[in-house]
Amino acid sequence: MSLYKYSFWEVFKHSFSAEVWDKVMPAIGETMYMVAVSSVFVLIFGILLGLILVMTSKEGLLPCKIVHGVLGAVINCFRSLPQVIIIIVMLPVARALVGKSYGSNACIISLIASCVPLFARLVESSLLEIDKGKIEAAKAMGSGNMRILFTVMVPETLPSLIRAFTNAVVIVISMTALAGSFGAGGIGYVAVTYGYTRYRHDLLFATIIVLIVIVQAVQFVGDTVSKMILKRRHLI
Amino acid sequence: MDEKFIEVSQLYKTFQNKKQKIEVLKGIDLSAEKGEIYGIVGFSGAGKSTLVRCMNRLEEPDSGTVRIGDMEITSLGKAALNEQRRKIGMIFQQFNLFDSMTVSQNIAYPLKLTGVKGKEASDRVDEMLALVGLTEKKKAYPGELSGGQKQRVGIARALANRPDVLLSDEATSALDPQTTLSVLDLLKEINEKLGLTIILITHELEVIKYACHRMAVMEDGRLLEQGLVKDIFMHPQCETARNFISVYNQFRNEERREDME
Ligand SMILES: Nc1ncnc2c1ncn2[C@@H]1O[C@H](COP(=O)(O)OP(=O)(O)OP(=O)(O)O)[C@@H](O)[C@H]1O
Ligand SMILES: [Mg+2]
Repeated sequence: MSLYKYSFWEVFKHSFSAEVWDKVMPAIGETMYMVAVSSVFVLIFGILLGLILVMTSKEGLLPCKIVHGVLGAVINCFRSLPQVIIIIVMLPVARALVGKSYGSNACIISLIASCVPLFARLVESSLLEIDKGKIEAAKAMGSGNMRILFTVMVPETLPSLIRAFTNAVVIVISMTALAGSFGAGGIGYVAVTYGYTRYRHDLLFATIIVLIVIVQAVQFVGDTVSKMILKRRHLI
Repeated sequence: MDEKFIEVSQLYKTFQNKKQKIEVLKGIDLSAEKGEIYGIVGFSGAGKSTLVRCMNRLEEPDSGTVRIGDMEITSLGKAALNEQRRKIGMIFQQFNLFDSMTVSQNIAYPLKLTGVKGKEASDRVDEMLALVGLTEKKKAYPGELSGGQKQRVGIARALANRPDVLLSDEATSALDPQTTLSVLDLLKEINEKLGLTIILITHELEVIKYACHRMAVMEDGRLLEQGLVKDIFMHPQCETARNFISVYNQFRNEERREDME
């Protein structure tokens, strides 16, 4: 149903029809798969790189100009490319890694390339929020650097880290939709092939509704968990 | 006992800013006896914090030595320094408790570093809680505590490994007068009970007068004067000490006048 022929209301109502959802449902599955796998990678590598950034910084526990400088520069390079360009650039990389340059797994490669650097920066800024006095106290007690990192810095900034990860997942979701138009499948693919190419605005509406619901749910879970921890610690 | 338990000699420290060098410690000589409360008073920026922070090497001095007991702190390697820090307690103006841990977890944190485990650890935590009078707050988070209670937890945490020395950097400066007194009473109590040597930094002379045996007056990176508290109050030698004491007396007189009115 196109908005060129039908009223907004009719199209909107039809976006809830069985015919539409038969096409959207499988796409949700594909999107969920891409988002879930990418998010796990983003979580692991983003935390790792973020921790390295903070530890090796000039004021960090293990200052190292070279590591900090090189890592920071590489992250900035990836961060300065728009998502579309990262997807295009990563096509040959994806082919080398997963055998083809289209489909969900290829898309995951570009999602990782784009969102790991982003999340690494978010982790960095979360960890930098810690009160320096707490680190000093741990040092004064004779705690080693790695122990301070994992028993003080990470737990103390956990609510903020959770918020950062929530933001990263939301960005992963929106980028998954974008990658859809480059043959990755999923919600984005449905939106482009039906909604854009064939004027199926009912399908377009359905994809919009799905994206909004998923993002709201992710944001809700992230906010709730983070708030729960803050409440438990009596910090709010 | 005239054995010097803590000995700082010819300590120098310079901070390198973008534009300039700031000489913060200009040859500090200080010695404290075992089991005494040694106060260091000085105006803001005198270098007091830098001095105590050099004593456990949170700040690396440029030159000079710090000796505590028979351990020369300034010549220790990294691992040995961490080992030694476990025997030097420290408390802070902003308490610096870990918000992610309960009161008892905070107190148990240093015990993990020394490998005290299981029942021994939980007994030690209980003992420390009893010492600072916070047994019923065992399971509370620092976020639920008042400033005075937080500092008590800070003290309990600092004492958990039974150190010989406690470094206190403006530990009462964020507290109201009433709470300050109760924390100082606690410090005096543990000083007597445990024979702990305490280095107490403050910019409030009344804190020194109330709690310390001996004191030093610090200004602009130098110790101008040190000696028994009562001697310095009776016969201050340097201008800064005289200033401090006259301001202190003015406040006292002011209070007395208000009391009489
Ligand atoms: N990390 C640093 N980098 C540069 N300058 C510093 C640093 N730490 C302290 N200083 C400078 O050293 C001087 C002494 O500071 P310090 O904190 O030791 O003073 P203080 O006597 O403890 O003062 P206060 O009573 O305000 O705590 C100050 O001029 C301060 O600006
Ligand atoms: Mg200070």
